[in-house]
Amino acid sequence: MNDSSRAGESSSSPATASKYDYSQGPPPLNINYDWCKACNICIALCPKQVFEPDREGKPLLARPENCTQCTICWVHCPDFAITSNYR
Amino acid sequence: MATAVKQKSDVILQYLRPHKKMPSVWCAGCGNGIIMSAIIRAVDKLGYSKDEVVMVSGIGCSSRMPIYLDFNALHTTHGRALGFATGVKFARPDLKVIVITGDGDALAIGGNHFIHACRRNIDITTILINNAIYGMTGGQGSPATPSGAFSTTTPYGNVEKHFEPCELARAAGATYVGRTTVYHATQMEKMIAGGLAHSGFAFIEAISNCQTYFGRLNRKGDAVAMIKSFKENAVMLGKAKKMSEEELEGKIVIGTLYRTEKTEFCDEYQRVIDSLQGGK
Repeated sequence: MNDSSRAGESSSSPATASKYDYSQGPPPLNINYDWCKACNICIALCPKQVFEPDREGKPLLARPENCTQCTICWVHCPDFAITSNYR
Repeated sequence: MATAVKQKSDVILQYLRPHKKMPSVWCAGCGNGIIMSAIIRAVDKLGYSKDEVVMVSGIGCSSRMPIYLDFNALHTTHGRALGFATGVKFARPDLKVIVITGDGDALAIGGNHFIHACRRNIDITTILINNAIYGMTGGQGSPATPSGAFSTTTPYGNVEKHFEPCELARAAGATYVGRTTVYHATQMEKMIAGGLAHSGFAFIEAISNCQTYFGRLNRKGDAVAMIKSFKENAVMLGKAKKMSEEELEGKIVIGTLYRTEKTEFCDEYQRVIDSLQGGK
């Protein structure tokens, strides 16, 4: 495991590339697609519908502007694949 | 990046073993990972160093957890985690001992170790992950499988009654008893922190989901459906006291169910040592 994915940076492959526009600044959440098992918990539990499943079932940051940093997604992520970017 | 503040979510990654290949062996959506992150956040909140904490486990899906966590780890024989943990705590009373066990591990194979650890009131925090089935060996019925539930060894429904682990722990003499579910992960974090800070035997039952066996055999749906059912069926202790027994049928009462202060085993033993050494 390389250092960038240990630190929770999203290491996105072309199949699971995030829709997020990085010119808008850092995203509210980082998703580690190497650790994600596509269990759907974050997509289903998010109260603001921030995520959309991609074709593998892994979460894409579809509506990052809705994120209120409620911590539900990364607290319930069983594989530690989501890290928050703000306090 | 404009984030100078240390992220709470990054704390989780600091407590994982650096050489372990992630992702973990657990099925997609298994509640064990949610409980593991709650333990990490509780330990971090209390400010214990990695060398201060010992994690002891037996055999089972839940007992794979110390392999991923960068604490002192002891992966022991089936059901005997509490026996080994008693030895660790007795030899080094300064260490914080956490026992991770499953419902089959603690209640069936290690039932005797469990009640006697409760009876001694030794300062161990036990987290029992109750997924109501033996997940690792193929979905056999465990002592926590509810009556009427299906498993690979009860194909026509379980005819036995199931154990209530919290009632058992309280009756056996545990001094901190709590029940929570994987949906209530923040409450679980607070409860584990409370159990670690408590001097005496702390027992926390974490209701978890096994969608691979229990969910599939009992038509409970996938991981999301099972976790949402915990949200719907959970009743806080204060509200449950006002409800009748019929209303509580099928509900999960969560919260710190019982808490008291009694003399701790290591303190009592040290008192005996001091009195004998002083009296010679």
